[in-house]
Amino acid sequence: MASRNVEKLDLSFSAVPDKPKKDWVIVYLRILAFLATASATLVMALNKQTKHFVVATIGTTPITVSITAKFQHTPAFIFFVIANGVASLHCLMMIGVDILGPQFDYKGLKPVLIPILDMMSLVLASAGDGAATFMSELGRNGNSHARWDKICDKFGSYCNRGGAALIASFIAIILLLIITVMSINKLKPKK
Amino acid sequence: MESIAKARKICHLLLRFLAFGATLSAVIVMATSHEKASVLVFQVEAKYTNTPAFKYFVIANSVVTVYGFLILFLPPESLLWRLAAATDLVFTMLLVSSISAALAIAQVGKKGNSHAAWLPICNSVPKFCNQVTGALVVGAIALIIYMLLLLNSIHRVLDPVIFRKC
Repeated sequence: MASRNVEKLDLSFSAVPDKPKKDWVIVYLRILAFLATASATLVMALNKQTKHFVVATIGTTPITVSITAKFQHTPAFIFFVIANGVASLHCLMMIGVDILGPQFDYKGLKPVLIPILDMMSLVLASAGDGAATFMSELGRNGNSHARWDKICDKFGSYCNRGGAALIASFIAIILLLIITVMSINKLKPKK
Repeated sequence: MESIAKARKICHLLLRFLAFGATLSAVIVMATSHEKASVLVFQVEAKYTNTPAFKYFVIANSVVTVYGFLILFLPPESLLWRLAAATDLVFTMLLVSSISAALAIAQVGKKGNSHAAWLPICNSVPKFCNQVTGALVVGAIALIIYMLLLLNSIHRVLDPVIFRKC
């Protein structure tokens, strides 16, 4: 009788173990964060405005000078584009890892690497955001103490598009923060 | 094992104290930077309150200083370390954003921006520029220490077995 009970126990333990439940919420959030960072990068990278100014008039023909406002003129915006580009590539890679994930074996350092990379891209996106915010504030209001003129009254749509890229980047940072907290939470050992 | 646990505790406390000192000195160095100069016929005074980016730097670093001071007194076994991990993450983000913003404005002040007709101001107020550079360097050191502390507190929350005495 005892041997038969032991056999029954053996059979129940050799059954197929439960597959880990896939977490679709974090994949959905990563897709949203990827869209937000990619749109911030694209809107700022394609930000260009050309304006023609009449400088002098010789006789009846006006001499016009065309001035272009590009994002490459300011190192802060270059950093913003690079930071958001890296963050969007990271989100894309993490979506791939999450969808194809359960096929690979998670041992050793790999489960810790995902929250660390998430934190790094969060910090990078936040840095790019801070620089671009204050640079665009300087462009909008100027600085009377340093005799820096504001440029937003001449290049209105350049400033507005930069502002839209900034808003997308703020949304991306909030999403990245939630994703980071969730992926750190995943590391907890199950009781 | 007990000596290792004690060494870890001392190391952690030392790191927190260093972070507190670094943010405090960043605040002090940035707040005491002002210089008067005369450019052409104007009397120019350069202070940190001229730019919102430097004001943000001072405010962010002082908030983190107060937090760093309060967390020195948290007993190592309490349950509040989960909250400390979360606030560490938020304050690291705050620090990095403030340093990046101040660095962007300081770069414009040093090199100017020829496309927007913004002239560099560091030639007229070199002492102010040097002091701002010093404050930014100290702020960067504080940021690195806070990133290490963030990894430490997340590790402490998720795997507390190592931190208990054997």
